[in-house]
Amino acid sequence: MSERHSITLTLNGTVISAKVDARTHLADFLRQHLRLTGTHIGCEHGVCGACNVMLDGRSARSCLMLAVQADGAVIETVEGLTASGIIADLQQEFVARNALQCGYCTPGILMTATELLSRTQPNRAEIRDALSGNYCRCTGYHAIVDAIEAIATRRAEAAS
Amino acid sequence: MNSGDPRNVPRREAARLVAGKGRYTDDIDAGDVGHIAFVRSPYPHARIDRMNCDAARVAPGVIAVITADDLSAVCKPWETRLALLPTHLSPEQIPLARDEACWQGEAVVAIVAKTRAQAEDACERVEIDWTELPAIADLDSAAAEDAPPVKSGMPNNLGLDHGISTGDPDAAFRDAAAVVEHDFTFSRQTGVTLEPRTILASFDPRVRELVVQHSHQAPHQMREVFSAQLGLPLSAVRVVAPDVGGAFGMKLCAYPDEMAVAAIAVLLGRPVKFCADRLESFVSDNHAREARVRGRLAVDTDGKLLAMDVAVLSGFGAYASHPRGSAGEGLQAVHMIAAPYQLAHYRGRVRGYFQNKVPSGILRAVGQPLACTVTEQLLDLAARKIGLDPADFRRRNYTDADDKPARSAAGIVLSQLSLRRCHDRLLALMNYDGLRRRQTELRKEKCYRGIGFAAFIEQTGVGPQLYGPQNVRVSAQEACRLTVEADGRVRCATSVTDQGQGTRTGLLQILAQELGVAPDTIEIVTGDTQVTPLGGGAWASRGVALGGEATLRAARRLKSNVLTIAGSLLQADPASLQLQGGVVCNAAGLAQMSLADIATTVGFRSHLIPLDDIPDLEVVESFAPRNTPYIAANGIQAAHVEVDPELGTIRVLDFWVVDDCGRVINPMLVDEQIRGGVVQGIGAALYEQCIYGADGQLENGSLADYLVPMAGEMPDIRIAHVETPTAMTTLGARGVGEAGTVGAAAAIWTAVNDALVPLGATVTEQPFTPEHVLDRLALAGDQPRPT
Repeated sequence: MSERHSITLTLNGTVISAKVDARTHLADFLRQHLRLTGTHIGCEHGVCGACNVMLDGRSARSCLMLAVQADGAVIETVEGLTASGIIADLQQEFVARNALQCGYCTPGILMTATELLSRTQPNRAEIRDALSGNYCRCTGYHAIVDAIEAIATRRAEAAS
Repeated sequence: MNSGDPRNVPRREAARLVAGKGRYTDDIDAGDVGHIAFVRSPYPHARIDRMNCDAARVAPGVIAVITADDLSAVCKPWETRLALLPTHLSPEQIPLARDEACWQGEAVVAIVAKTRAQAEDACERVEIDWTELPAIADLDSAAAEDAPPVKSGMPNNLGLDHGISTGDPDAAFRDAAAVVEHDFTFSRQTGVTLEPRTILASFDPRVRELVVQHSHQAPHQMREVFSAQLGLPLSAVRVVAPDVGGAFGMKLCAYPDEMAVAAIAVLLGRPVKFCADRLESFVSDNHAREARVRGRLAVDTDGKLLAMDVAVLSGFGAYASHPRGSAGEGLQAVHMIAAPYQLAHYRGRVRGYFQNKVPSGILRAVGQPLACTVTEQLLDLAARKIGLDPADFRRRNYTDADDKPARSAAGIVLSQLSLRRCHDRLLALMNYDGLRRRQTELRKEKCYRGIGFAAFIEQTGVGPQLYGPQNVRVSAQEACRLTVEADGRVRCATSVTDQGQGTRTGLLQILAQELGVAPDTIEIVTGDTQVTPLGGGAWASRGVALGGEATLRAARRLKSNVLTIAGSLLQADPASLQLQGGVVCNAAGLAQMSLADIATTVGFRSHLIPLDDIPDLEVVESFAPRNTPYIAANGIQAAHVEVDPELGTIRVLDFWVVDDCGRVINPMLVDEQIRGGVVQGIGAALYEQCIYGADGQLENGSLADYLVPMAGEMPDIRIAHVETPTAMTTLGARGVGEAGTVGAAAAIWTAVNDALVPLGATVTEQPFTPEHVLDRLALAGDQPRPT
């Protein structure tokens, strides 16, 4: 058993408080305590990226981070990003291009793409490079790259 | 994306999955669920002398500590037997090892606790006294005459010895103009689904019903297995596959630890759940592909293939995978040799051995990638030896099965193929001549690029002739139950399962078109044995090829029933009526009544229908290919790679596929199936391997150490289609799920070895690690180079 800690964080736009075991990682906290099952666990050692969430505006592995470390942080999961509508274009493009098959890696990939698109208009090579922290076993990546590239172009056009 | 093609319907469930609303097995709530963690054998082979679980029983949160003896009361032992292969004799198995563990990772004790963390804590309190026994890891040790048995009491470790001979290969080799030979090593791989194996089993002791939520490809198969082992009637077992996060054949067998979970649910009369962590996945998910092959090819002076001789050594692991066995990889490796080519003389032999390793089983394309690699690599060597271009050499030798049915030298049934058309399309797609010119130029600058081909046959839509004669209770039919609900919506319950392939969408498109209803009025239900008719699920590329055919037949029958009822209500000849957009129209095309009107009349006011017998608004149709063992599909792939001879690294620059899966229902989904399969094949050739020490310990049981393809190292994959509908079905679709994987590794083999030609080296061991490439270059450096 491990000691319990009180934490307060902003999760998907709402301030929440909870008591968590010191050893509980953020992904388990989100999934088991809060029933936010859109964040997926693939390897629990920070390789596959299925558990990515947005932490203070950047993508982060929720399996490599303890829930207590999220105290004071601003966390967004796929549920929050979906509700806010800020990645609706990206999500629609993933659907239209079938940039997912089993869908298990997709929420994590959307986090990586969200961060990437927020700071640059990436080309295909840059998209592939950024995605190398997210494993997808089904698609072969091609359609994922297509979808992110299309949104990068569309957002740039909209901004100009 | 083939933009603008109306067939490219997106998958309905994709909208849910991108919103984080997937419902995978671990996402399902069950009241008062007990979480299971397993104590697994740390040794590849060891005797259990003494076990003490007392401290674990009193650990915080522990509900129960379960051993083999506890489960013997509710779960029978099983043996995996294939009637036609009596040597594939696997020792009797039980869910948890009792006296002897035969691979590192075999489950021994199950702890049920209130949380997974508490269950894992309690695992550490289990004391087991082990005596290590001799462990068999590599194939040579397993095959040695004095090899100790993988499990006590087994006569030896030989699990398969199978040969095939056609024509007179010895004479053909003797008289040949040229003979080439090559050695091949295929490392063990595993599926690495991102969602690990997960199972949630609930047993209600009041009515003795077992409900299993299972991340699996074949729920009807698992219903059979649970029913047989737990002594419950089939009707008391319900297996449901919710969203499944990757499967690739790995989620197709009955795993002992999952059998333990179901048995524990029965024993305790409460819901219990097991979700493998990543280390557990590596030491308990089926492995695949481990093989060593020696192949020889003889050709004549005109560049015609004469004879092949192929010897395969296949590794099985500790037990045959239940219930399908582990022989498929080796059998396919010898039987799919030269399947796309004319060949008169062939000898193939496969021997397979049990080992103290994780059991081997099905992985996408089973054995076909091995046969394709051996064939294509030998073809390249022969082409080079007699001075023919490898593309031209292939084209001269393709089988003539385009126009008439044929059998390959190893017995593969072929018909209505399109190899030459695919070939010509590929060369145009890739600008072959331009690539060759550029390759020659770059070689002068010491830049080593290679172009590799892999023509392939894919066995799709495999029917009952595979497992039926083996007495293995795996359904090879696919079935569809269509129901018109009283609100006029159509419900399609299919035996096919979908782990992201898009089969549901393909069936929906077939149904909407055949029936004449709007797609958004159709529900497709999959994966629940209580609701769906008996059928295979997802294996051997069958979803649209077989499940689509059943759906088409059901739609036609239902439409006929609907129009018969409408005709009687309208006092019109049913043949004059049409169903369009869910509305019955008369001969003039005018809307008469909706499907909802008809269903409401049948359901609640049938006294108004002037028919003696009212046809059903619920129909079931099933389909299995019975006159052919499978429906062969074909295609060709090409890879363009660059090898750095200083670093031994390989970069995949381009990849092309031309595939013929018959009628294409949804090109976008088909392309994505092919791309995903290709990347798994590239992974096999370049990255993936389960590394074992000589002592049988797995040395890379994490995703940091077991390499899989990443986005940054994968190329764009260009795809084109040739469409030759199969005459075996009304629909005309062949399967496509394994096409990419069948040929991609072979294309990488031939491309890399093409790149190495000026350096006089060939690679022989998959995956081609930089170390292997440098070793082969160093070896070549010591030998005279070809002119």
